[in-house]
Amino acid sequence: MLSRLFQSSSTPLRYNVRLFSKTSPAMLSTLSIEKNGDVGIVKIDLPKMKENVLNRALFSEIGTAIDQLGADDSVKSIVVMSGKQNSFVAGADIFMIKAQTSATVVQEMAKEGQEQFFRIEKTKKPIVAAIMGTCMGGGLELALACHYRIAVNDKKTQLAFPEVMLGLLPGAGGTYRLPRHVPVQTVFDMMLTGKKIKADKAKKLGIIDQVIQPLGDGLGPASENTHKYLESVAVNTARDLANGKLKINREKKFLDKLTHSVMTSAFVLDNVVLKMARDKVLKMTAGNYPAPLKIMDVVRTGYVDPSKVVDAEAKAFGELSQTFQSKALVGLFDGSTDAKRNKYGQGLPVKEIAVVGAGLMGAGIANVSIDKGIKSVLLDANQAGLERGQNQIATHLNGQLKRKKVSQLEKERIYNHLHPSIDFTAMKNADLVIEAVFEDLPLKQKIVKQIESIVGPNTIIASNTSALPIKDIAAASSRPDKVIGMHYFSPVEKMQLLEVIVHEGTSKETLATAAQLGLKQGKLVVVVKDCPGFFVVRCISPMMAEVVRLLLEGVSPSEIDKITTKFGFPVGAATLADEVGLDVSEHVAQFLAKALGPRVGGGSIEFLTELVNSGSKGRKSGKGIFVYDGKKGAKKVNDEASKLIQKYKLTANSACSSTEDRQIRIISRFINEAAICLQEGVIASPSDGDIASVFGVGFPPFWGGPFRFVDLYGADKLVRSMEKFAGAYEAVQFEPCQLLKDHAKSGKKFYN
Amino acid sequence: MLRAINSTIAPARAASVAASTASTASTTSKRNIPNIVLVDAVRTPFAVSGTLYKDLMAVDLQKEAIKALIERTNLPHEHLDHIVCGTVIQEPRTSNIAREASLLAGVPDKIPAHTVTLACISSNVAMTQGMGMIATGNANAVIAGGVELLSDLPIRYNKSARGALLGFAKAKDVPSKLKVGSEFVKNALFPELPVVTEFSSGETMGHSGDRLAASFNISRREQDEFAMRSHTFAAEAAKNGKLSDIIPVFLDGKKPVTIKADNGIRVSSMDKLSSLKPAFVKPHGTITAANSSYMTDGATAALIMTEDFALANGYKPKAYLRDYMYVSQDPKDQLLLSPAHVIPKLLDKAGLGLNDIDVFEIHEAFAGQVLANIEAMDSDYFCTEKMKRSGKYGRVPLEKLNLWGGSLSIGHPFGATGVRLAIHSAHRLKEEKGQYAVIAACAAGGHGVGMLVEAYGK
Repeated sequence: MLSRLFQSSSTPLRYNVRLFSKTSPAMLSTLSIEKNGDVGIVKIDLPKMKENVLNRALFSEIGTAIDQLGADDSVKSIVVMSGKQNSFVAGADIFMIKAQTSATVVQEMAKEGQEQFFRIEKTKKPIVAAIMGTCMGGGLELALACHYRIAVNDKKTQLAFPEVMLGLLPGAGGTYRLPRHVPVQTVFDMMLTGKKIKADKAKKLGIIDQVIQPLGDGLGPASENTHKYLESVAVNTARDLANGKLKINREKKFLDKLTHSVMTSAFVLDNVVLKMARDKVLKMTAGNYPAPLKIMDVVRTGYVDPSKVVDAEAKAFGELSQTFQSKALVGLFDGSTDAKRNKYGQGLPVKEIAVVGAGLMGAGIANVSIDKGIKSVLLDANQAGLERGQNQIATHLNGQLKRKKVSQLEKERIYNHLHPSIDFTAMKNADLVIEAVFEDLPLKQKIVKQIESIVGPNTIIASNTSALPIKDIAAASSRPDKVIGMHYFSPVEKMQLLEVIVHEGTSKETLATAAQLGLKQGKLVVVVKDCPGFFVVRCISPMMAEVVRLLLEGVSPSEIDKITTKFGFPVGAATLADEVGLDVSEHVAQFLAKALGPRVGGGSIEFLTELVNSGSKGRKSGKGIFVYDGKKGAKKVNDEASKLIQKYKLTANSACSSTEDRQIRIISRFINEAAICLQEGVIASPSDGDIASVFGVGFPPFWGGPFRFVDLYGADKLVRSMEKFAGAYEAVQFEPCQLLKDHAKSGKKFYN
Repeated sequence: MLRAINSTIAPARAASVAASTASTASTTSKRNIPNIVLVDAVRTPFAVSGTLYKDLMAVDLQKEAIKALIERTNLPHEHLDHIVCGTVIQEPRTSNIAREASLLAGVPDKIPAHTVTLACISSNVAMTQGMGMIATGNANAVIAGGVELLSDLPIRYNKSARGALLGFAKAKDVPSKLKVGSEFVKNALFPELPVVTEFSSGETMGHSGDRLAASFNISRREQDEFAMRSHTFAAEAAKNGKLSDIIPVFLDGKKPVTIKADNGIRVSSMDKLSSLKPAFVKPHGTITAANSSYMTDGATAALIMTEDFALANGYKPKAYLRDYMYVSQDPKDQLLLSPAHVIPKLLDKAGLGLNDIDVFEIHEAFAGQVLANIEAMDSDYFCTEKMKRSGKYGRVPLEKLNLWGGSLSIGHPFGATGVRLAIHSAHRLKEEKGQYAVIAACAAGGHGVGMLVEAYGK
């Protein structure tokens, strides 16, 4: 999600830009200046970088370039574009901001950027931004500072303000320039969600003045052709703007103007628009994210007190840059970028896969494969199951067609990669088979044997188990080196995480192949060692045990939801348990209790067992902790659950029952287990653990994950609380692991 | 059917490539199939849609062409084995328009007729199907024609209204009849027009053509000049009586009139052409109404037979139809590029080079499209990357191309143009004393056809 929105630079920054003299353009390092007749062309092209990013050098040089062309009498108009076909400007260089530790310094940096863009805006000669490729954050702000915008309508050209996702706001004029073109609702829609907009949509909204459709292959490759075409259209447009042949007409319709002036009057803005937006944001973020609120404040200033908005933007940007939320989100962005890189070497080519089991998971796995052009054989033991899976995929694709994510032809081409069958021999040509049958070891072992009787000797067999040890599954195999775990998360189409689990005998080539497939499917890949529950399930299980304890102590399910969402989980813990399925939780809890002992216990497994046996399996069965009867309104607690809570009730310890205590009790169980995993080498790095936690179970993103949380919250503080809980409950369940104790003692951090 | 032919000629094809140094080699004679000749072909005058023929049905025009062809070639009915006609936008009442037209033309009901469709190359398909029937010994003589009448279009009630109409009969009681009835009334005013966009890409042909011209860097001026050239050549050819394929069409009524000439040829000035606004891509596009082919009504018909049959029965063939080839590619970015793909392939197959061709007749959908095809064959990048050749193929010389005008000026009745290209190439070979002619045309769906025509009796 966060990737590609911002690009962190891998090359050292060039800070000495101020040394460049205005008369020696040859020394410009981030852009070139060309001339086509009386049109000056500024081409941004950062050397050795895949995407252009706005760093200090570019900020300064673009201002210099515009000044130079502005002073050149032979130049009548200017085009600003990128030398790269895939990237206009992808955003501000996050490295530049990350390195700073003072809000005022960042505020000054933002001011410098603002000034450079004012130089562009105030230039008398018309300046046309010609946009092809990523145009986000600072890139979009640059485009908005120009006088006219032309964009290519292809999939790669996307406009967005993703700053909010990094806990920041658009700091180079975005907050006051975008509102000039679009209604206030659109401003908030873009800035508060970071959503990406394609050129044709942007034209409709009024952000873009002219759209060009991409060209195909011709005298050169398609993208090169399109890039040249964009340049020539932009040059002609700039010339026409200069000679008056083309007049910019952004006159809105009367009704739109009226709406705009009403909506942006201080009274309506404060009492209706902002109020509604603020309520919505607070509801969604529980007040945990400062950036959306700051964005609203600054945008408001732009409407009601325009003279102050420039400073307000820079100040807010500086302040936000130093919030822990921003640091955590930036860290998460770095981690997810890393999880998208192939670090596992070259795997075997996977042209065809087979998925055994067409349930929610199996069909989801097939879905994310066929839309990447991988032929996928979807298998199920019975026709009805297969059709259900097929229909899941068809429904998903139809939705994409409806939302214009794909065309009719693309949709059918994707669907053609799917080969559903109830004849298992259809998998015979698969390079990799993923089994997604029930979590039952003998069944999985049987399936592995069955797969091996059909496929070729080099076919890799992956198990989509969430907890069963891969080595036990591999024990049934005649090719244990080719057996691996690929743990997807439901719904596969949406959840980004893939845990790849290697057992001791898994070959490097098998790992590389599985990881490569996962990356191709668009997943964040985290490699985990084979252990009961792997990483994600192993960490969530003790946390859920604690949730059950709280339930039995008499904390109401809705109160549990409230305190956990307040803490930052996107879904409350009680609801989450119902979503996952109480039967699944119970099964995992039993299994992990056997494998890891009392440490992962907490409430009462018997409570869960009895509840599941009564038919309350969670959302899928219509009732779990709550009742799901399709009626709107507040969720009702399941009567059977209430009865069983009474039956198994525990006495709460008043010394450990403040809201914060309860929150820390829940979260520390997760964190401690995560730290044990790191200690045991189950995960390779804190970053892997953080990515898996946030993208696998929704660990609060503004905390960045369990390890970032420890850094930000303070290991010593956490350990102190845990020691208190250890005294009050079964000690082993809260005993901080050695790693946490070490960090508490030395003040060492997981991230530097 | 066609596959069967191909497999029988495969070994012969190898031989023909081996003998490719002999530039006079004819491709069909080397294969084990009879020489096929074009005896003659005629066409109604082509008219801008909504003008001269606006009160007719397509079947009327096709009938005129078949009748006139039979008359001009003195074809006794017993010599004729089959009729194939191409059309694109079908009039629902005459979905097998070939049959209805042949009956109206007085062809005996014992002679079968069928209709084919492949967008702008439908009458090429009619001709090559005829060739296939002849080659497999299933016919001696075939009439291949084509027609389009865009003055009238099958505009339909939309799907909901149609559903309601069809459901009305099934509605038993008054309330359900009312329900269905109101559904119909709600939708009756929102008809469905025949689609003008590619089904697969949702893009109109003009839009794709504009992007294509840009991909090959064809300027607006070049396109306008090419359009001027087309109209100028067509006007000259008409004036000099070279468009002898035209047959007069008599229209009865209050103001009876005989149509004798195309009515879309219009020699304009560059000033006027360059003043037009782009028609598809706005505001920076280069394709305008003037450098595109226009909606046209018209019909064609050609008589083809084996050379032996023609000679035995006293016909005077005009040309050999030596070979043909169909290609298709990406219907979005290469929608109109089939001529560039098919010409090199077809000539390679025949063992001929670009210089061996004396006459080129390339369908002019848009001026920019013809020029883009010429550039494509002359582009190293395109030929190596997209056509898997070792380098660029070469440049089609403009001085051999469409010298009597083309679809831009004469007009382009979708289903009929292919036969016009064939007879123009035959007539031009005679006039220009050439040996070989190549016909090439693009069509919706990314399709295209190439045909090799050889002068008769040279």
